[in-house]
Amino acid sequence: MELSDLIIKLVLVVVIFAISLVVAMYSTYAERKIAAFFQDRVGPNRAGPFGMLQPMADGVKMFMKEEIIPTKASSFLFVVGPSLAIMTACIGSAVIPWGPRMQVGDRIIDLQVTDINVGILYIFGVVSLGVYGVMIGGWASNNKYSLLGAIRAASQNISYEISMGLSIIALIMITQTLSLREIAAEQHGFWANGWFTWNFFKQPLGFLIFMVCAFAETNRTPFDLPECETELVGGYHTEYSSMKLGFYLFAEYINMFVSSAVMATLYFGGYNYPGMDWVAAHVGPTIAPIIGVLVMFAKIFAFIFFFMWIRWTIPRFRYDQLMHLGWKTLIPLAIANIVITGVVVKLIQHFA
Amino acid sequence: MEPLSNKRKVIEAKPLNFWEKAYIPAIAQGLSITLKHFFKKDVTIRYPEQEREFSENFRGLHSLKRDEQGRERCTACGLCALSCPAEAITMTAGERQKGEENLYREEKYAAVYEINMLRCIFCGLCEEACPKEAIYLDGPIVPSDYLRKDFIYGKDKLVEPPLNP
Amino acid sequence: MNTFYFIAFLSIFFSLLVIFAKNPVHSVLYLIITFFTFTIHYVILNAQFLAIVNFIVYMGAILVLFLFVMMMLNLNKESEPNKSNLIKIVGVIGGGCLMVTLVAAVKGLAKSQPVVLQNPDLGSVQNLGKVLFGEFLLPFEVSSILLLSAMVGAVLLATKDPKQPKTV
Repeated sequence: MELSDLIIKLVLVVVIFAISLVVAMYSTYAERKIAAFFQDRVGPNRAGPFGMLQPMADGVKMFMKEEIIPTKASSFLFVVGPSLAIMTACIGSAVIPWGPRMQVGDRIIDLQVTDINVGILYIFGVVSLGVYGVMIGGWASNNKYSLLGAIRAASQNISYEISMGLSIIALIMITQTLSLREIAAEQHGFWANGWFTWNFFKQPLGFLIFMVCAFAETNRTPFDLPECETELVGGYHTEYSSMKLGFYLFAEYINMFVSSAVMATLYFGGYNYPGMDWVAAHVGPTIAPIIGVLVMFAKIFAFIFFFMWIRWTIPRFRYDQLMHLGWKTLIPLAIANIVITGVVVKLIQHFA
Repeated sequence: MEPLSNKRKVIEAKPLNFWEKAYIPAIAQGLSITLKHFFKKDVTIRYPEQEREFSENFRGLHSLKRDEQGRERCTACGLCALSCPAEAITMTAGERQKGEENLYREEKYAAVYEINMLRCIFCGLCEEACPKEAIYLDGPIVPSDYLRKDFIYGKDKLVEPPLNP
Repeated sequence: MNTFYFIAFLSIFFSLLVIFAKNPVHSVLYLIITFFTFTIHYVILNAQFLAIVNFIVYMGAILVLFLFVMMMLNLNKESEPNKSNLIKIVGVIGGGCLMVTLVAAVKGLAKSQPVVLQNPDLGSVQNLGKVLFGEFLLPFEVSSILLLSAMVGAVLLATKDPKQPKTV
């Protein structure tokens, strides 16, 4: 690899990192604003025009608060917990293709940090690692509520990972690859060979299962039982204050961003949009990928909006309902989805 | 038990049908309801910049009135203090001196007139008791403050500004 | 090669810490790090699929369950019962037997050629799938039946005996 390639990659990493942090930051603002709109209110409007500087104010507040480490807590693990949470949240975006290959002069730039051939599984692994941040933090707090929150998080994540994996298997049977770049490239355009190219139209049930599991994995309502304040005070972050609490909250929003990106890539065509060939022919190979990136981000923001929309619509599950949904509904559905997909794929191969 | 009124409604617990069990239609319905609210006009009044219209008989901060020539109407008769159920009003009477006819309408006037806003219940009885139409509760909401002593409003805050200063 | 020695050192170091950690939860956490070093070993061997599966299944699921149980049990020195001497002796004998077996197995191995990857895609998903569902179909299916029977057994053990009176 040449030095210039290395520099490009480095810039890409920094840019993606910055974007995911900024998006997470403004997700907190968007969450409050959208919550307000859903409840016929105004939302934050004091800091800056329309309250646009509210995230900065929140950040400053978080930093200025007193750091408290409980005396009986295991102080090293108490710090490791939030750090692990935010780290696993940040590294998930490494394999997501943000746009098609961009041509600048003679150079072709991949708008993706790395294209490993097990991309989906990498994201899956990172997500499964994310629960450690919650568990370690909850246990290290030496508080019964925190521990209960941590244990809930663990069992919830494991239960929903299974159906998530099964729903992905049905997708992989169609795409025949695990690389996210190839999956995105396969969904080129919008319509080809008499059917939509986007995987959502080939795997609607799989998408539904995947989305429900993504909600559960990111601990968003209606699956936010680990931090269920009516039962567990604050859940796993009861004992946390200051920026360590901020890391946990931030990790949740970054997770939301990454899972929105994954959903957009896997099921909604990623950077592809109807009429992209026509656009590419007219604006050239440098500008067209940028439009693709914008389309990708539009999809991501739509998903983030959907996350928030669901949050202010559906009440939280009871714990047994959560487990029933995960084990007795989603897993059988996902397995049925695999079988149906296999049969249909075979039939299409046979007759076409 | 015999129903006391005919308003009782017997609800049967019917088993859910397939679509109800799938929850998806119900969730979609809920989402549409919240989305409707998303586009509704908000009901918030942005308070310090924008104030709610008070009703006509709203009773707020007291004001001591002046007559057409800008003289204080209050004659310190004490009827307001007497009628006050919360005992919020205190006053000291003073005699009008020569040359003060343009300041006070009657020969006697309130040298000190204080209302303790922490005691006041804004019932409006002082308004009704006043024979001189000198006190009215027609001001805004009493603003908040940090110290108890700042809630004792004297004449400086209560008397209407002069007509032509 | 240097990377290999470094990672191997880390694996051994952390697995020793697993044994010597006083607190069982710390022990599980060290075990997680040990498994992470194994993942790196797989990556070095160009077996990306195996690496990521090790990552997901062992680190992401099984050890979470380990940690889960450890946290629930809340083991500590006070509640730990004193082991009798008999158990200690049996433990030593059992460990010794395992040691002997391992040493013998390692000794029995002929010194093989250093691993040279003829095919860089050896560890890819396609190749692995072809091998698993072609050459090694029978062992694969047998092991899946083994897992199924274990699962059925677990369900059987967990369900209550209908003859017993219900205790709620």
